[in-house]
Amino acid sequence: MNSEDNCATALATISKDAEIEINGNRIKLNEDIEIGHKIALKDLKKGDLIKKYGEIIGIAIIDIKAGDWIHTHNIKSHYLEKIKND
Amino acid sequence: MTEEFMGFPRPKGQVGIRNKIVILPSVICVNHVAQQIAKKVENSVAITHPLGCGQFGHDFNYTIKTLAGLATNPNVFGVVVVGLGCENLTSKKLARQIKRAKKPVEFYDVQEIKGGTIAAIEKGVEIGKKMREESSELKREPFDFSNLILGLECGGSDSISGITANPAVGIVSDKIVNLGGTSILPEFTEWIGTEHLLMKRAVDQNIADKIHSVMNSFLENTMKIGIDFRGVQPTPGNIAGGLTTIEEKSLGTIAKAGKAPIQGVLEYSEAPKKKGLWLMFEPGLDVESMTGLAAAGAQVIIMTTGRGSPTGNPVSPVIKICGNPKTCDWMKCNIDVDASSIITENKSVDDVAQILWKKLIEVCNGEQTQAEVLGFEDIAIWRVMNFPFSAFKI
Repeated sequence: MNSEDNCATALATISKDAEIEINGNRIKLNEDIEIGHKIALKDLKKGDLIKKYGEIIGIAIIDIKAGDWIHTHNIKSHYLEKIKND
Repeated sequence: MTEEFMGFPRPKGQVGIRNKIVILPSVICVNHVAQQIAKKVENSVAITHPLGCGQFGHDFNYTIKTLAGLATNPNVFGVVVVGLGCENLTSKKLARQIKRAKKPVEFYDVQEIKGGTIAAIEKGVEIGKKMREESSELKREPFDFSNLILGLECGGSDSISGITANPAVGIVSDKIVNLGGTSILPEFTEWIGTEHLLMKRAVDQNIADKIHSVMNSFLENTMKIGIDFRGVQPTPGNIAGGLTTIEEKSLGTIAKAGKAPIQGVLEYSEAPKKKGLWLMFEPGLDVESMTGLAAAGAQVIIMTTGRGSPTGNPVSPVIKICGNPKTCDWMKCNIDVDASSIITENKSVDDVAQILWKKLIEVCNGEQTQAEVLGFEDIAIWRVMNFPFSAFKI
């Protein structure tokens, strides 16, 4: 959606091991990705911010590899986390 | 080329895209009377509702404001207000509010007519037919888009809406604003997590502070009565569809409002005071929300839907745009613009925005939306002060 994004959304269901090309980078999928779900575009460390639409949509709770499925098992709300810490 | 549409001139410089007669019951007890009148008057609509009596405070005021707002929407030529005679919200009170728009209004109460509801229906039909005759003399004229108020709605969203139909609507909303028009984004429960971005887009610091304070005070006050609005999104269905966090869902929602600066925050059913993009403080039930938009003066509403919503509005046409290929196929009769080509044919969001813009002009010029063709005309008015549950001891 935006050049700053570190995840992409699947517009179709894509199988494991398929390769996708985004902004000139080729990424091999580490697992099946359902339509509407997100894929990591690069390796991310625990605590890294996840960006979609060029905006923060969450924070990594474990290390994530490029090509991994990004969802509730590896990221959480950055907004709720900030409120909790305020 | 100047962009324009063919509309109906109204008093006080307003412009309608429909030329309706509204039959408006002031209270639930005479809904049936209004419906029977509307059946016999061409191009009329009965705005039925379950309210008008036994209400108080802000709740009562919102009912008056919303019903009067719907009746004064520029798409309405004239209004017949029907009361019962013993209710809180009298037909006279409602008619007085509507008269401010300087359009034809007549009112009467069933209890004041010898012959009961049968005679009351006959009287309404007589008045309605006369209004209809006057309205049919009016012809469409060209107007520019500074005369248009667009309502932005989404319902039955899926994970695809936020990256297909919603950003396409955002482009159209920005275009309306650039052409000097007005656009309104309702449903504040779906802005949660994006307050900082909305505040950045406010035209000045006062408006930014207001966005912050209305959101914050609502979230804090509802916490006090045990409701955590921050904790309910995304829903299990959203999560199954690929949405992970509340801010991700809200970013998809606010994409409908494009990138234009935010002029201010409106109350429910409140008309914008000037042109540009506005937020409306309204909690997020589609039909309630579209009722508030039409009552604020929106002549047309664009609604994005993923899972497929058939809803409409009695005074403002609702254009449905859908990005989900299965819904576009299975609910074809309920969808006006198929945005699924973004997925199936690799079309861009801009391509779909252009198709939507063309559809918007056609609908403004008189083409019926699918919700109009199929007769979806329900309203719901936001209830702001039902008895708090804690007041009951049973």
